[in-house]
Amino acid sequence: MSVPEEKLDANFEPKIVGLMCNWCSYTGADLAGTSRVQYPPNVRIVRVMCTGSVDPMYLVRPLLEGADAVLVGG
Amino acid sequence: MNELNLTGAVMVVGGGISGMQSALDLAEAGYKVYLLEQKPAIGGTMAMLDKTFPTNDCAMCTMSPKLVDVGRHLNVEIITNAEVLGVEGTPGNFKARVLKKARYVDEEKCIACGQCADECPVKVPSEFDGGLGKRKAIYKMYAQATPNAYAIDKNKCLKFKNPKACGKCLKVCEAGAISHDMEDEELELHVGSVILSPGFEPIDPTPYGEYGWGVYPNVITSVQFERMLAASGPYQGHVVRPSDHVEPKKIAFIQCVGSRDVHRGKNYCSAVCCMYATKEAIIAKEHVDNLEATIFYMDVRAYGKDFEKYYDRARQQHGVRYNRSMISSVKELQQSNNLLIRYLNQDGQYQEEEFDMLVLSVGLKPSTSANDLAEAVGVELDNDGFCKCEEFNPGATTKPGVYAGGAFVAPKDIPETVGDASCAAAQAGKVLSDARGSLAQVKEYPSEKDIVNEEPRIGAFICNCGINIGSVVKVPEVVEYVKNIPGVVHSEEFLFTCSQDNVERIKERIKEHNLNRVVVASCTPRTHAPLFMSSIREAGLNPYLYEQANIREHASWVHQDNPKAATEKAKDLVRMSVEKVKLAKPVHTSSFEINRKALVIGGGLSGMTSSLNLAGQGFSVYLLEKEPELGGNALHIKRTIDGSDPQRLIEDLRKQINDNPLVEVLTEAEISDVSGYLGNYKTTIKTSNETKVLEHGVVIAASGAEEAKPTEYYYGENNNVVTQRELEERLASGSLDDVKNVVMIQCVGSRQEGRPYCSRICCTHAIKNALTIKNRNPEANVFVLYRDIRTYGMKEKYYREARENGVIFIRYELEDKPEVSFKDNKLEVKVNDPVLERQLVLDTDLLVLSTGIVPRKDTEKLSRMYKLPLTADGFYNEAHMKLRPVDFAADGLYLCGLAHSPKLINESLSQANAAAIRAVTLLSKDRLESLGIVATVNEKWCKGCGLCVNICPYDARVIDENKDVAVVREVLCQGCGACVAACPSSASQQNGFEKKQILTMIDSAIS
Repeated sequence: MSVPEEKLDANFEPKIVGLMCNWCSYTGADLAGTSRVQYPPNVRIVRVMCTGSVDPMYLVRPLLEGADAVLVGG
Repeated sequence: MNELNLTGAVMVVGGGISGMQSALDLAEAGYKVYLLEQKPAIGGTMAMLDKTFPTNDCAMCTMSPKLVDVGRHLNVEIITNAEVLGVEGTPGNFKARVLKKARYVDEEKCIACGQCADECPVKVPSEFDGGLGKRKAIYKMYAQATPNAYAIDKNKCLKFKNPKACGKCLKVCEAGAISHDMEDEELELHVGSVILSPGFEPIDPTPYGEYGWGVYPNVITSVQFERMLAASGPYQGHVVRPSDHVEPKKIAFIQCVGSRDVHRGKNYCSAVCCMYATKEAIIAKEHVDNLEATIFYMDVRAYGKDFEKYYDRARQQHGVRYNRSMISSVKELQQSNNLLIRYLNQDGQYQEEEFDMLVLSVGLKPSTSANDLAEAVGVELDNDGFCKCEEFNPGATTKPGVYAGGAFVAPKDIPETVGDASCAAAQAGKVLSDARGSLAQVKEYPSEKDIVNEEPRIGAFICNCGINIGSVVKVPEVVEYVKNIPGVVHSEEFLFTCSQDNVERIKERIKEHNLNRVVVASCTPRTHAPLFMSSIREAGLNPYLYEQANIREHASWVHQDNPKAATEKAKDLVRMSVEKVKLAKPVHTSSFEINRKALVIGGGLSGMTSSLNLAGQGFSVYLLEKEPELGGNALHIKRTIDGSDPQRLIEDLRKQINDNPLVEVLTEAEISDVSGYLGNYKTTIKTSNETKVLEHGVVIAASGAEEAKPTEYYYGENNNVVTQRELEERLASGSLDDVKNVVMIQCVGSRQEGRPYCSRICCTHAIKNALTIKNRNPEANVFVLYRDIRTYGMKEKYYREARENGVIFIRYELEDKPEVSFKDNKLEVKVNDPVLERQLVLDTDLLVLSTGIVPRKDTEKLSRMYKLPLTADGFYNEAHMKLRPVDFAADGLYLCGLAHSPKLINESLSQANAAAIRAVTLLSKDRLESLGIVATVNEKWCKGCGLCVNICPYDARVIDENKDVAVVREVLCQGCGACVAACPSSASQQNGFEKKQILTMIDSAIS
């Protein structure tokens, strides 16, 4: 499979949607903050109460509408 | 006021996991709790741990929800930097004098931004990090500290030495929280009962000069290693040598440093070190590729629930090497700072081996404050400095009305600590039950505005958090941006949104602008959403018309070098929250009446104890026993190793039960059918003469376990081959006084394929019987053939006594089990002695098999009826191995005693009381209230397929047979939303997390 050309752009900044479980990975993202861990500002975190509640649509729709990746943390 | 004039408040001394659990149980059961802590934050030792065994759960992750619960509980008042000066009065009415030392930081004003510590010029070794890291003179103990506030170490602060010096912290504290003029205060607390849980301290390894701790840089204690492993610790989770910060390739652990050592250390076993060393070795191997980890030990005491499996995994999967040996010396090699360990191996040979790093598994000793505390309160300590408690009255100290929890009583691990803490709470609750609710506060709110037909009018409040957010995210820019989002009618910035005055201002703005929805952009909703939700409720808005954007932890703090991107991200996060809150609907929790009667299944010591505690706290109990009489397994135990008489205990409990009108005993009873759920169970039972339906609200499963019957070594064929329990009965009947040669074989059927777990009590049981034989007839030979002697904790002294009295212990390996032959009417046991390196042939008059404990057959049946999960070994599976030892995952179901796992009598009694107070936290409520974020069902779309019923882990989903649609039992629903994702026709939604809301947020995130 060929890689789309724009993805090779050195200035490419992916848009990432993060679906994070309230009890673990959302808490982990909080801890990253408290510990002042620095990471790229590309992810937008949506808090869910359990990754068990993640509907397939939550993954497919952002990808169809322009997100470059979806990160599910649970 | 109640008749006896009891005070409905309890003082809990010590804010570790033990004190926290006692406090939460009592507060939930309707008492006011003062939780005292000597340090500036609660959390105790568990907060310092990286992971916990045997699940390798992150300690802080499992503990922090409890920290938040304690911190936010309306009826728990945390008093930090506190010391008890004295306790006067009588049970039910104590007056406690407490010294609250000045913190020099106002807990209410401090927003824990850390600017003060950044500025503070004084660096000192951090006690919390075991001295591996530094802290400042103004400091917060750890990231998640509760109360979440800084404190000044008076002895280190420059300004206290010279008032003109320094004061840098004062200048940078925008919240104005610091004051060097604060003074110590003396408080007087009126409480009905006192619980002491000052915890333990690690033993100082300095006297063990031969290990080189404090001299060789690469020798550290297990506590220091724990901090090294922790991602939030001084080494950020990197396993490196303190001397050169290079990853070690070979690491050694030495066990029993300070424990099991009569001469220089403590004579007891510290009960937790074998397992924590195993855990640390596993975790270290996960951190460092190809790390070799070796544990030098005497006996591996993997005696707790699922511990043996963990030990097996450590050896088999992770390749941790266990080396049974005696350490002779540790020397540092000058060039490499490596450590040369010389030891006597199990064949009796000296050997040397080089390691890059050495971890000392230091034992547990009573906390240094224990003596002063005991004196101030007036309780006695035992010879080892632990709190004296009666064996059959767990948690009760020598002073009536004063109880003890956790490692103050003896060294123990977390689940037992938590169980004992609940037990102490149960004991306190029993004394004070007439005063329950008399001092507990209940929050009251004004009536709620109806906004259902209104267009969204959103107020967005953007927090600077001092400079925590404002120094990176351009807050005014965010405020302007948000104003232009359709639906937002008001936006403003606050320096500290959570300060009392600004919370009031939000309420004013709601009225002023007729807001019907609120967004706060600040820190994490996990800690602050409850505060803001409750505030908007005070202003008449439904609390679920609220969203919080986390622009601190998820923006300013993690993109400090990129203010532009952080600001853009903050805008996105606020916009996403605004879009989500537009779709928010008011949520009304449902509540319902519950049946306040409990059903206790099993009339052994556990079941009887649970029943009596529940009755003592004022609740009616059905106590079910399948045998004709109460007593269970204890009927066969004549004496405990500590010398107490279980038969007298049974008699005493039976009498109390007989005399108590709240306990209805049903013997020869079998459960035939169960229906209903939390709060409203219907259990059908059959007794010898009737069938009866019992209605009850909760269940305590105390259904016990039984001694395993061996299938080997001529058991059942030869009259002189008996189990330990049968031996105990023969000893009691006095029929063994002339027996000459007794051989005991440990681990018969245990710790091997088929029954992989350790039954915990057999070593103690065998030593008890061996001592009895020796005491009666010192001439008798008693041989104990064992794999590891697991006389954990205070039982170690009996192991020593047995050796001193001439009981002979011979170790065998699983691969080389003893062989028993029966020829010419003679029993003979052959065993290979690893020390003598030869086979011993023992003429045996009596062969005693330590066979372990197995679950009862009906455990499985009960498990099916009440949907109680089981472990692979067939015991009940609690909600959480560490922190919820007597709860099942589903509310209203509890467990205790042998049905949980093999244990000694006093441990069962403790769990039985614990299960009772856990049940009381539910039974004491007027009504049970559901969570707000429960699942809902659109009946029009629901096809009744039942996928949600299968997927729900909490038994909160059922099919309404009449309507053929799924319904949610709201009170059981824990708001995970798994059923929503599973629903094929989108008939299910979750309040506050409706699909449309999440999709809107997602759309907004990428727009």
